[in-house]
Order: sequence, then C-alpha cells, then structure tokens
Amino acid sequence: MANVVVLMPGEALQLPNNEALLTPGKELVLGPGLRRDDGGTVVATKAGVLRRREPNVYWIDSHQKRYVPVRGEMVIGIVTAKSIDLFKVDIGCSEHANLSYLAFEGATKRNRPNLQVGDLVFTRLLVANKDMEPEVVCVDSAGRANGLGQLSGDGFLIHTSLEFCRRLLTPGCPLIASLSAVCPCEITVGLNGRVWLRAQALRPAAVAAALLERSNCIETEQMNSQLHNLTDCLANF
Amino acid sequence: MKETPLSNCEREFVLLALREKKRLDGRQTYDYRKVKIAFGTEYGCCVVELGKTRVLAQVSCELVSPKPGRPSEGVLFFNLELSPMASPGFEPGRQSEMAIEMNRLLERCLRSSRCVDTESLCVISGEKVWHVRTDIHALNHDGNIMDAAVIAANAALAHFRRPDVTVQGEEVTLYSVKDRDPVPLTIHHMPLTTTFSFFHEGKEGRCCGFAESLPVQRVTVACAHEATVNNEEALRRANEVVKFAEEPADVEQPVCHRGPHTAQVGDGLVNSWLVVDDEPKSEEEALDGGDLEGVKVENEEVEELSDDSVIILETHNRVPRVVQLSDGSEEDEVMILSGKDLMNVSNKGCTKKANNSDDVMEVMVTKTKKPRKRNK
Repeated sequence: MANVVVLMPGEALQLPNNEALLTPGKELVLGPGLRRDDGGTVVATKAGVLRRREPNVYWIDSHQKRYVPVRGEMVIGIVTAKSIDLFKVDIGCSEHANLSYLAFEGATKRNRPNLQVGDLVFTRLLVANKDMEPEVVCVDSAGRANGLGQLSGDGFLIHTSLEFCRRLLTPGCPLIASLSAVCPCEITVGLNGRVWLRAQALRPAAVAAALLERSNCIETEQMNSQLHNLTDCLANF
Repeated sequence: MKETPLSNCEREFVLLALREKKRLDGRQTYDYRKVKIAFGTEYGCCVVELGKTRVLAQVSCELVSPKPGRPSEGVLFFNLELSPMASPGFEPGRQSEMAIEMNRLLERCLRSSRCVDTESLCVISGEKVWHVRTDIHALNHDGNIMDAAVIAANAALAHFRRPDVTVQGEEVTLYSVKDRDPVPLTIHHMPLTTTFSFFHEGKEGRCCGFAESLPVQRVTVACAHEATVNNEEALRRANEVVKFAEEPADVEQPVCHRGPHTAQVGDGLVNSWLVVDDEPKSEEEALDGGDLEGVKVENEEVEELSDDSVIILETHNRVPRVVQLSDGSEEDEVMILSGKDLMNVSNKGCTKKANNSDDVMEVMVTKTKKPRKRNK
C-alpha cells in the first residue's frame, strides 16, 4: 500500500520539491483542511489523511459530521418553514438556508412549488459564506432542474458523516454496485451528510439503509466482504 | 442550536415499519438495545452504553450537616446534565424542560424508592451525615437517556465506596483510604426504569406500548407528534401500559409507580412481569391494572411509617414485590388493604394488617395530603 500521510492540525506539509511548484502555472492548489500561514509554509488545519491529485492539488480527508456550507455543493435539505416568498430549509449547518419560491423549474409568481413543511429537497448552494445566511436553489444557471427539486415522500433518509458521502459519490464506487446487487434502489446523496434512498418496498429500503449505515466506517475493500453478513439484515426485516 | 427537524418521509417510513412491528435496526417492538456497563478506576464511576447512547455517572460524598427535618438520615443528591456534547439540540446553560423532567424522574426513582439506606449514612445524628452526590452526564444522545441514566446511577451507587468512619462517644474518626478500606453503601434494591413510546395514538392494541429505545433520536419527536401520550407520561402511567403490553424478552422491570391517587386504574393487581427474587437486590415492578378499580381509598394513620413512606412488601405465592412511591411529603396517610377486599369492589378498605401472612396480599397505598397535579 502506498505511503499514507496522516497530518494533525498544525503540522506543516512536506512538499517534494518546493522550487518546481513555485513556477507560475504550477502553483500549489490547496483544498479543504490546508492553509498557508504567514511564513509561507502550508499547515494542516484538520486531522486526517493527506490526499493529492497530480500534479499539485492537495487536500485533507477528515472525519466530520457537522456540515459547513460551500457554494456550489448539492445538499439535501428539510423544509422547516414557509414564509411569503421563500422556504426555510435546514441543511445541517448553523443557519437555516433560504430557498426562494421562484428558484424552481417552471415556477412563476402564480405557479408556486408544492412543498410542505417536513419535505425533503435536493438543492444546490448559491450563497454560502460566514457572514450571510446560506441560500439554496433548485435550478441550475440555465433554469433547468437537472435532478434538483423535491424528493418524494416514500423514501428514507439516513444521516452519515461527510466523508462517507464523498466516498459514495466517487465514480465507480463499489458500495453502490454491491448495494444495487442486494436491492435496486434510487439514491440521492447530499454533501451535507444526508443520503436519501428509495426502493420498491419497505423492506428493501430498510435493508439498504442498514447496509449503508454499517458501511460507514469500513474500508472500500472490506465492503464486499460485508455484503454476505448483511444479508441477515434482510432476514431480520 | 436547534435539533435537526424530522422530515415527513422519515416519519412515514418509521410509522410504516412500526405497523409491521419492525424497527429500523431489526429489533422487535419490545426489544431493548444491548446494554454495556463499564466501570472506571475510581470508586463510583460508571459508563453505560445503551446502543449508541452513552451516559457517565460519578458518585462522590462528603460530610455535611443533615437536613433539619431528618437529623439521622444522610442526603442523596442526583444531578443529570445534558450538555451539547451529547447532542447539538441540547443548549448549554439553563436546563431544558426535558432535562428538568428527567431530573425529577431520576430523583423520584432513586431517592423516593429508598434503594440506598440513608440511615446508615448518619455519622452523628443531628450534626454530621454523609451527603452522597451522583452526577450523571450524557455523553451521547441516541435515545432513551433516562433508562441509561438510571442504570448508570444504580451501578455507580453500587460500585461506590465511602470512607470508613468510627464514632466513640463524642469522638469521630474519619479514616482515609490508605488507613482503612472504604465501605460500600447499603443498597436494598435497584430500581430501574423502562421507557415506552406510544405510536398511532395507542389505538392499535398491541401496537401501543413498547420499548422506546429507538436508534434514531428523532423518532421520539415523531412520537410526540403522532401519539397522544408522551413517553415520560408512560412511566407514570405504567399501569395502563402493562395492561396492554406483552411480556418483553429482556427488559428490566419497570418501577416508579407512584402511590398517590391510588384510586386510579391498575392498583393492586399482580404484575405479569414476575420477579421471583426475594433477595435484597431484586428489582421492583409496577403494579398491573385491574383489581382496585372503583375502590375508594380511605385514609388512615399508620404510626410505624416514617415520612417518606415507600413500603416494600413481602408477598407470597410468586406475587411480585410491589413498591409504591410517595412523593415524600411530610405527612403520609396510609391505608392497608387486604387481599380479599381487593377483590371486592368496596368503598371502604380493610384496616387489618397482617405481615407475611399466607393468604393475604397486602397492598399498601399511600395518599398524600397535597393534591398532585394529574399528569397528561
């Protein structure tokens, strides 16, 4: 296995050859968990595994359950309140996000979306900074829904950690493949640690949810071996 | 910070599953989660895990002056803390309603039931008694902190050792831990609680009344929305619950049946959850419903009872122990009914008291003078 570098907050990042990276066009790109301090060294701000994408993108994968909103991410929200022209949506961070009535595909002043309090919506973050309330929309810049919008009420929502959701979203995730072998279902993954899934009936949905919950903490390689153990979930339900 | 709200689809899903008597983690409706009890290095430190719910209890003691009304009894103090560490929904600072409710239940369960012998905590009557303090912290909230807290408190009290004290005339010698081994508390029994949740407004017969220990904390909220009865009230109304509930597999026996207002449904019947134990540390049970319906309780003074009258009865023929809790008011009037009269629905209770007789099932019933607010 390749050398895995684990960093604690405050540790400096050891770069292979600093000089080459200082040339323009090849500057260092720092992702979440890394920051350049006053002295110019790169230090970690979260505890986790250092990841790198060639040639010069670095970030830290850490375990976190509390979501911090970032612009452009797609999250699953729960509608908590309706006011005159917007919905208040809970996306798991400290402030509730605003979702305008007009931010849906085909919505006009007369044609309002039919969301109730407690419904789930799959949205994208439009405004997300520490000074303002976050704002979400259910439509992309061209005005099309593109998969965003209300999630139907006959599914099930599970709450997981953030890095598990990212793992699910990697292309070709083996967990998704093995899950579809157990029971075919429709899955929506929000980057705020929420996964919504729907299967044909109650039992498969519950089994799938249990499968995902248990896979939260295990390595990708172990997921397939867990599959056999998890058929007993099916027996329980 | 506010709790994550419960979405409609989660609620629907859980209710649907419940209709089929399924729970989210594969348990049957009456199943408890696995209980793990661990002790720390210090005496009186105990961590209880009920599934993912974790609770830490720590017992400590010090010598204080006794309460004015009770010069020869020690003092028991319980404190349950729900900090934001356990759940983001818990606010720091002032205790929420739920926390106050839990604290009161904890006190009623552990102090009023007289599980710890407070008389043995007296050093010099009127001057020095032991003040035993139990601090319970919720470390992680995944449902049913109440039961976990009660288990933790019981275990911690049993685990705890207080410094040894000898009194010779006027001289009191307090031995440090190095000089003499510390002494355990005198514990008569271990009262435990079981929390029930009611769903579907309690209409569906067996569907109502099963162990609440749900893996998802939010489902407790769903219960409050859907059902008419809150789980806390279920504890106080354990009678009605036991009437409907089947015998659970591995459930600790419920307790905390309050004595007062004993004309309510359910006083006096034999509990279907049998406890055969006659050992000191047996568990208590709530009374089952039925026999005393319609019996009006008349008050009678009983001299030998102390103020906080919680009476543990010796019964025979596999009739389980019955503990009635009073709320510790200064004057309790107690009425003793014999078994035969329990069968007859009559307005006047029998005044005959026969200890340990073979043919009489005694039910002692306490009624406080101050009217208590009816719950629910």
